[in-house]
Amino acid sequence: MAEITRDDVAHLAQLARIEMSAEELDRMAGELAHIVDAVKSVSEVAGPDVPATSHPIALSNVFREDVVGHVLTPEEALSGAPDAEDSRFKVPAILDEE
Amino acid sequence: MADQILSFDEAMEQFDPVLGFEVHVELNTKTKMFSSAPNAFGDDPNTNVNEVDLGMPGVLPVVNKAAVESSIKIGLALNCEIAESCRFARKNYFYPDTPKNFQTSQYDEPIAHDGWIDIELEDGEVFRVEIERAHMEEDAGKLTHMGGATGRIQGADYSLVDYNRAGVPLVEIVTKPIVGAGRRAPELARAYVSAIREIVKNLGVSDARMERGNVRCDANVSLMPKGADKFGIRSETKNVNSLRSVEHAVRFEIQRHAAVLAAGEKVTQETRHWHEDTRTTTAGRPKSDADDYRYFPEPDLVPLVATREWVESLRAQLPEPPAERRKRLKTAWGYSDPEFRDVVNAGVMDAIEETIAAGATPAAARKWWMGEIVGRAKVADVDPADLGVSPEAIVELNGLVEGGKLNNKMAGQVLDGVIAGEGTPTQVMESRGLVLVSDDGPLLEAIDAALAAQPDVADKIRGGKVQAVGAIVGGVMKATRGQADAGRVRELILEKLGVNA
Amino acid sequence: MNELITSTATQLAEKLSTKEVSSEEVTQAHLDRIAEVDEEVHAFLHVNTEEALAVAREVDSLRAAGGDDAAALHPLAGVPIAIKDLIVTVGQPTTAGSRILEGWKSPYDATVIRKIRAAKLPMLGKTNLDEFAMGSSTEHSAFGPTRNPWDLDRIPGGSGGGSAAAVAAFEAPLALGTDTGGSIRQPGAVTGTVGVKPTYGAVSRYGAIAMASSLDQIGPVSRSILDAALLQELIGGHDPFDSTSLTDSFDNLAEAARNGSVDGVRIGIVKELGGEGFQAGVEARFRDAVELLRGAGAEIVEVSCPNFKYALGAYYLIMPSEVSSNLAKFDGVRYGLRVLPKDGPLTIERVMGATRAAGFGDEAKRRIILGTYALSAGYYDAYYGSAQKVRTLIQRDFDAAFEKADILISPTAPTTAFPLGEKLDDPLAMYLNDVATIPANLAGVPGLSLPGGLADEDGLPVGVQLLAPAREDARLYKVGAVLESLLEAQWGGPLLAKAPVLGTEKTGGVK
Ligand SMILES: [Mg+2]
Ligand SMILES: [Zn+2]
Repeated sequence: MAEITRDDVAHLAQLARIEMSAEELDRMAGELAHIVDAVKSVSEVAGPDVPATSHPIALSNVFREDVVGHVLTPEEALSGAPDAEDSRFKVPAILDEE
Repeated sequence: MADQILSFDEAMEQFDPVLGFEVHVELNTKTKMFSSAPNAFGDDPNTNVNEVDLGMPGVLPVVNKAAVESSIKIGLALNCEIAESCRFARKNYFYPDTPKNFQTSQYDEPIAHDGWIDIELEDGEVFRVEIERAHMEEDAGKLTHMGGATGRIQGADYSLVDYNRAGVPLVEIVTKPIVGAGRRAPELARAYVSAIREIVKNLGVSDARMERGNVRCDANVSLMPKGADKFGIRSETKNVNSLRSVEHAVRFEIQRHAAVLAAGEKVTQETRHWHEDTRTTTAGRPKSDADDYRYFPEPDLVPLVATREWVESLRAQLPEPPAERRKRLKTAWGYSDPEFRDVVNAGVMDAIEETIAAGATPAAARKWWMGEIVGRAKVADVDPADLGVSPEAIVELNGLVEGGKLNNKMAGQVLDGVIAGEGTPTQVMESRGLVLVSDDGPLLEAIDAALAAQPDVADKIRGGKVQAVGAIVGGVMKATRGQADAGRVRELILEKLGVNA
Repeated sequence: MNELITSTATQLAEKLSTKEVSSEEVTQAHLDRIAEVDEEVHAFLHVNTEEALAVAREVDSLRAAGGDDAAALHPLAGVPIAIKDLIVTVGQPTTAGSRILEGWKSPYDATVIRKIRAAKLPMLGKTNLDEFAMGSSTEHSAFGPTRNPWDLDRIPGGSGGGSAAAVAAFEAPLALGTDTGGSIRQPGAVTGTVGVKPTYGAVSRYGAIAMASSLDQIGPVSRSILDAALLQELIGGHDPFDSTSLTDSFDNLAEAARNGSVDGVRIGIVKELGGEGFQAGVEARFRDAVELLRGAGAEIVEVSCPNFKYALGAYYLIMPSEVSSNLAKFDGVRYGLRVLPKDGPLTIERVMGATRAAGFGDEAKRRIILGTYALSAGYYDAYYGSAQKVRTLIQRDFDAAFEKADILISPTAPTTAFPLGEKLDDPLAMYLNDVATIPANLAGVPGLSLPGGLADEDGLPVGVQLLAPAREDARLYKVGAVLESLLEAQWGGPLLAKAPVLGTEKTGGVK
């Protein structure tokens, strides 16, 4: 069984910015270990001589010419914003300074 | 609590500094790195964005070919190898100025690697800095922190995000560790960033205006005890955005590290923030697990293959490197070392070159730019080249003086008129009625009047006190409202009084 | 049942072009059907009534006016279509089946939507899916599951259960799906419909909300092979907005579907896609299909793809890794849900954490955490790196198989539709549904699922999958058309004619 602790999951959840309760962390740790066990065999099949495939159909050098295309209006850009001020997206404080 | 520092001299007695720089250069392409939205500075918030720049659901990036070519040119100018094949990678981290919460960058396959540049220090000593890599990436949006102290992230109540800058193409240039600069480390830091700025500007790939953030420097500093060869723990001072600040920040960090190490403590590996007002740094974020960026190849982009033909065709487009050009011009113009250095520091080398090309002698070009225009630019607080004086105007003005049509004082007034947009030097001279009185007739009348007004002075001159002639010349100049050739006036006075100069 | 809703898209297109019916009538008939049955089926998250009718009327008036404009109409103009709610559309909400995007309207259209608008197909609305297309049952939709029209207590497959169910329940003749590990083909199999995952890059992904970028592909959902071919031709083609878009031409698909043939075609049975874990009734229908093809002149061979057994593992590393990064943008800053933390300091970091906690469902969180793990320092080489190598091995298996066979055949899914809730608490059991469909996504090759009949033990639809080499999508349609006509000849009509009646008809027209 893969060794994935609640602390490991807490760290991953922090990296992924998902708040999780203690109970969720425990459950996720169990499920994760289970899934990792089921998939970890991949690390045993392919040796160093096998190249990695990141794109199923190999292409290269796909470019765009440096020509200005369309822009959104600020209204369109901000139309879905949870909060905005002065044509800018508004977010809570970045630092916690109480 | 403020950090303790050691004096720079004490620090240098005990330690050798090791430097490293990450310089971000914003490219001046028309559009962004991965979207066709305009790459423009200073526009209203969120007007230069489309769905790609905002990281909207469903969007995909497409690489700007011009940005790739600019990046290759930078790599070539830095004497780098250009990778035959390279890829983009995602650098995953959450920050509200990063629309996708990952930055599309390059990781293990940068477009350019293993280069060098020679940095010339003030006294002419040349220091070689090795380049580790130069990679392509995208800029983030701009955060404005509201509430609390003006513009500071600390104590802000909330922040506002403008994504106009998000997606602007960047090239990040990373040096290898720079060892052996010793007490010249701060000077080298400044000279290095200045050289990068000059190179990218010379290539035409960036506006290279540091005050606009076109060139931004992260400075890594560590110390090792004198004679040691194992690097110490480094700090990374982020976003040091003027040449002066780079020099000061490196100097401060050397002094701060030295104090920590001299006290027998360990330097913390962390980012530092630079404060121009106090010329100090303060602690930022310590390096931690949070820096697990989970890089992986960008699946929405395909590999970039820089064929040798493509690279060579770009190499053929490269302009002469700035250092070589300087060497060539200095020799051609015959300036002395200090003269040439002043020209370079004043930022008028290009202008002088153009002025000479327009027909001026190197000496005349230097006289006008260094003697007249640079000072006026300083007063107006603009770059000399932006003052609006064309090389042709200078050649014309110089011709008027040499042809005896204007004296130096009047030429200065004509120059002011040219700067004020009143026309060509000849037009200004005419419209302002600045005509040098060269006919001796009116001059002799004015001289007679001046001598009559100051008979005692006239006597002194006759008695051999030739230096007293200045008072009479002054009287004549006043009477002619400055439109006389002072030299000729002096000659005529002495002649009249029968004195040999 | 109203013939307008049971017709295939091709039949409707024919009736429209001869002005036997109007697009408004056809569109209204489908809107009526949605009103009638969708409370039960729940295939739609949004019904686009007014715009659909407006487009229909526009097509009708262009046809009525005749002349060049009428002649220039696309063959499918006026034939309504449903859109998987993972594809962004101006004017309609796009939710991806997630609370985090509830109410969001895209300011731009996906490339496939621009093509559909240009061809003037009335868009009936947006169909349900597992949240961000992550699931095989459509039970992971934040807005409730879709039900299988064959048995309302069973799953319609996933993630594109909404599109498949809409087509199977005669709510739409055509639909768009997206297929990352089988999300078009597996729902097709369990609902008795046709679904195609084109060659990776054959259809632009621009505007399909990314789940796993290197695996995702938009494709057609329909009730006939020819309909699917017509729709793929319409939505496909090179798109400069998608760097992975192919420049190859794919305009021979309908022609292939119209000229079905297996003469001298070598059809390879993939040894590894069968046996243990495959339901007896599924295997029986699969064998029947193979025998029909043999009888029609195909040469049947057996091929082995030994690395397919690692496909599921590679998929469940690559997919969640890409998911963890692709779904990072949903953070409550620029669009969508924002949730404030219940207590403690109000920082953007905590708001993002609370927003993502409330906005994502369990399966999305599971995959994000798994992907974050697989990419994190120290694990990358063993997991993501190895999985990418397995991908190479699977491509090599396909290459070898396509040396021996022109096209491969397998069951699409190991079982028929299972009851709602049965696998909801067992992620691994759920993942096994995709065992036969995933290899095509990993290798980028095209795959098609078509109805193969009903399983003896439960009377539910079974799907047969065809796989062709990359860029050879036409081969799927050419062979698929033969199998379809042989099977329909046996059944005396389309398989869906055997589906139970829904809505008012089952209670004799009184509701
Ligand atoms: Mg950096
Ligand atoms: Zn960078």
